[in-house]
Amino acid sequence: MLPREKAQVLDDQGIDRALTRIAHEILERAGGADALALVGIRTRGVSLARRIAERLQAIEGVKIPVGVLDITLYRDDLGLKAEMPVLRGTDIPFPVAGKTVVLVDDVLYTGRTIRAALDAIIDLGRPRLIQLAVLIDRGHRELPIRPDYVGKNLPTARREIVQVLLREHDGQDRVVIQEPEG
Amino acid sequence: MGLKRKDLLEIRTLEPAEIVTILDTAASMKEIASREIKKVPALRGKTVVNLFLEPSTRTRTSFEIAGKWLSADVVNVSGSSSSVVKGETLMDTAKNLEAMSPDCVVIRHSASGAPHMLARALRCSIINAGDGMHEHPTQALLDLLTIREKRGHLDGLSVAIVGDIRHSRVARSNIWGMRKTGMSVTVAGPPTLIPPGIEELGVKVTYRLEDAIRDVDIVMMLRLQQERMTGGYIPSLREYARLWGLSLDKLRAARDDVLIMHPGPVNRGIELSPEVADGPYSVILDQVANGVAVRMALLYLLVGRGGEAGEPGGVPA
Repeated sequence: MLPREKAQVLDDQGIDRALTRIAHEILERAGGADALALVGIRTRGVSLARRIAERLQAIEGVKIPVGVLDITLYRDDLGLKAEMPVLRGTDIPFPVAGKTVVLVDDVLYTGRTIRAALDAIIDLGRPRLIQLAVLIDRGHRELPIRPDYVGKNLPTARREIVQVLLREHDGQDRVVIQEPEG
Repeated sequence: MGLKRKDLLEIRTLEPAEIVTILDTAASMKEIASREIKKVPALRGKTVVNLFLEPSTRTRTSFEIAGKWLSADVVNVSGSSSSVVKGETLMDTAKNLEAMSPDCVVIRHSASGAPHMLARALRCSIINAGDGMHEHPTQALLDLLTIREKRGHLDGLSVAIVGDIRHSRVARSNIWGMRKTGMSVTVAGPPTLIPPGIEELGVKVTYRLEDAIRDVDIVMMLRLQQERMTGGYIPSLREYARLWGLSLDKLRAARDDVLIMHPGPVNRGIELSPEVADGPYSVILDQVANGVAVRMALLYLLVGRGGEAGEPGGVPA
């Protein structure tokens, strides 16, 4: 039952434009780059956070710190799996206390990853504010979580799969909806 | 990949890929030690029993800290070694522990194979924290992590293990682990302390310290257990220290970038001179810090899992 590609929802330019718009929105809302930090959720959230940081630097001329968050140790389904998920590690080389932390992920779905990410961040200190930026919001939330910055709202069926492909990992930039065959 | 086994009993039966998984997971755990609040929720609601029937400070504390940082409840049971040496009594202890539904028992025992016996009898995970003269797998894993961290890789490195090879479970676990990860191993010590047939494990043997440490990447000095003198294995401590103790003077035979390791506790002035133990080549305290990370990784990989336990942890020695 290989997934079949159903539709492309963003191409490379679409992703570029969405990230540029999110960078502007972040600056507008924060009133500047002071005390701003980005934290990408492994794996693709990290690449997106780095790209947003590049744009912020181009706009404001300030280097924004980027951290890497592995939420594995905070998952709510750890005891339910027959094999433990691979741990890749968290690397947030700046104090989060007092910062405006923008969490970055590729797809927002049930919200469980973000719940884990919030707990993980707060274990490291007390940020002034945590916001959420996602490239795709596909709906079907299971927790009361909403994004602050969205690249594209994408209504989906649960059986569909949203794939974000990025140059850094997949050699190309595009977002597709797949559907399991049969 | 994760680990598919229930227990960690020995390095001998681990696949090289499993060793890499454990080391990678441990490397990712290290960040937690640098946090202000050293706690993650991964093992909430899990119970780890430390059953140490032989003296230990470092290993027991290390397992205890590892479990607590992962939010497991850790219970320490120590027993007089004499009352539980016999199989029947250890089984009784084990059955009583099992009645309290732990998720993992970490056992240190003077009898080789004791952890294997528990692993067959109990449903929970068993981790060998040192059994007799057999293996001390978590020590070897923390040694491998330390070497990989300092050198960036393991494959192709050379190591000399020096001292009482015969009685050393640390040496045995390290030989298995190092051979499986592509390292070459030379063992060295007085002939009475080199077990016959050790070459079958794929190691070279030499009977001179200077020959052993020349041109190797790592020198691992073993603790001389002082009761070996009364056993007639060495003529005197003083002679052992003179021939086999690593002093600054003897260290000149080694490479400039050599790493000096020791599993602890160090007999200062016997196998290691204080200048070497505390010197720039020594990574002894890195080993201790990495011990917590390796044990966190193992608890996470073995205990965190739900559902039915995986394959049995290995074959008894």
